[in-house]
Amino acid sequence: MADRGLSTAAGRCRPLRDGALALAVWGPVLLVTGVFAWLLADLLWQGGARLSLQFILSAPRDAGRAGGIAPILVSTGLIVAVAMLAAVPLGFATAALLAEFTRPGGAVGRAIGLSLDVLAGVPSIVFGLFGNAFFCVWLGLGFSILSGGLTLACMALPILVRTAEAGLRMVPDDWRHGAAALGLSRRAALLHILLPAATPALAAGLMLGLGRALAETAALIFTSGYVDRMPSSLFDSGRALSVHIYDLTMNVAGGNPNAYASALALIVLLLAINGFALWLAELLLERRMLVQ
Amino acid sequence: MTNRSYGAAPRGRQSEALIALEDVTIAYGGKPAVAGVGFAINQGCVTALIGPSGCGKTSLLSSLNRLTDLLPGCAVTGAIRIAGRDIRAPGVDVHALRRRVGMIFQRPNPFPLSIKRNLDMPLKEHGVRSARERMERIEAALEAVGLWREVSGRLDAPALALSGGQQQRLCLARAICLEPEIILLDEPCSALDPIASGVVEDLIAALRGRYTVVIVTHNLAQARRIADDVAVFWLVEGAGRLIEHGAARQVFTVPRHEISANYIAGVRG
Repeated sequence: MADRGLSTAAGRCRPLRDGALALAVWGPVLLVTGVFAWLLADLLWQGGARLSLQFILSAPRDAGRAGGIAPILVSTGLIVAVAMLAAVPLGFATAALLAEFTRPGGAVGRAIGLSLDVLAGVPSIVFGLFGNAFFCVWLGLGFSILSGGLTLACMALPILVRTAEAGLRMVPDDWRHGAAALGLSRRAALLHILLPAATPALAAGLMLGLGRALAETAALIFTSGYVDRMPSSLFDSGRALSVHIYDLTMNVAGGNPNAYASALALIVLLLAINGFALWLAELLLERRMLVQ
Repeated sequence: MTNRSYGAAPRGRQSEALIALEDVTIAYGGKPAVAGVGFAINQGCVTALIGPSGCGKTSLLSSLNRLTDLLPGCAVTGAIRIAGRDIRAPGVDVHALRRRVGMIFQRPNPFPLSIKRNLDMPLKEHGVRSARERMERIEAALEAVGLWREVSGRLDAPALALSGGQQQRLCLARAICLEPEIILLDEPCSALDPIASGVVEDLIAALRGRYTVVIVTHNLAQARRIADDVAVFWLVEGAGRLIEHGAARQVFTVPRHEISANYIAGVRG
């Protein structure tokens, strides 16, 4: 009898409970996508009209109020390229060290892991100050694309290492043992089997690192500087897109329309990079024959 | 199961010991999985390690190519000699050892590469420079496991797209390619369907004579069909121990020990 009573009580509550569950599940989804859609719509509304080929291909005039963002896009590209060229080999090598060559829970691995986690939590303005003191002043690189790129490399490193490490740890031990049983060195196993198998994670790490680098402002103000001319070498100062947006909104009266257009360009760039990364990971996955 | 017989060579007792184990104990974190094992494995023969799960057969097998080095907390004591040399002596090149002692695992583990690269890459890593020689050896190895006709037209296809049985044969070819003297097999048929299992079993039987084969199996009928020698393991006081070792014909017909007699008769285990 008690059983019956319980089941009818549960039956009466079910629509209510299901409704609450649906709300709990779909609410955040709608909220998150809603915020993103709003943001995108706002950018399109305010900056869409100005974002044209002309805007992308011309230099800024009148402190950025008029003209376009050509040199800024070039500087941004160079800064991010320097950052990735420096961070990717170092990051993947560190990930390999952590996942393959240190004992789990060992002192070396824990020390590196802790350093990375602390590094990941350091505010970007602190990275900016460090970059200024170390790269610009101490190494004498001055306000330059090189200084900015290297500072961003330091910033992107933790996220790059952690995602790549997680990817390597996901590779099943079957392959490690199989490689060892064939008398292959750990270097050969890493190079020919484990890294290729971890490609999707490496790509994901790269994208997260790249995204962080592209979106960075505070760390670049003190390192790559403000100069909005077309850079002629890596030792020139160059203004990144995010710094440009910051400058237009905060320091330039009447700069808002172009700031919106630049922000839209940045978002489109990020979306394009993400899409490209997904496509690339899928392609590599197919080519690497990770058919399960 | 029908009683298949494989005609191949030395089924006699005259062959000599290639691997000698003396008082081998393998412990994980101080707790012995298999203790005090000593027996000899004859050259060119198929030796089956049988016994219930958890009595350290796989650990013992993995100690023969020092794959136990890779397992955290695993310690091996005692002496394991291959052709008279202790494989755990300082200065032994473990990569060279593992090249001499190939291993096939329970779950087929072809690398996520193409069929050809699965064999080509290890050959290249072991210093076979000539692409022509590598191709010849790949073809010979795939031929030896009966895969050549099935895959020769799609050597660049993913190895993981092959069926389970084909994958296991590819793994065997990958090991054979490096021309080992000894091949260790850890329940190589247990993850395969009966037909694929039969094909792999026939292959193992065909390895007799050319290679010294050590196979862990739970399938007594399989051990009876392919083994020249049998070692029976049993869990005694928490650790795996060798109960009986001898020619397969003797162990299966007139076992000396009561435990192995019961196990073989299907009374226990």
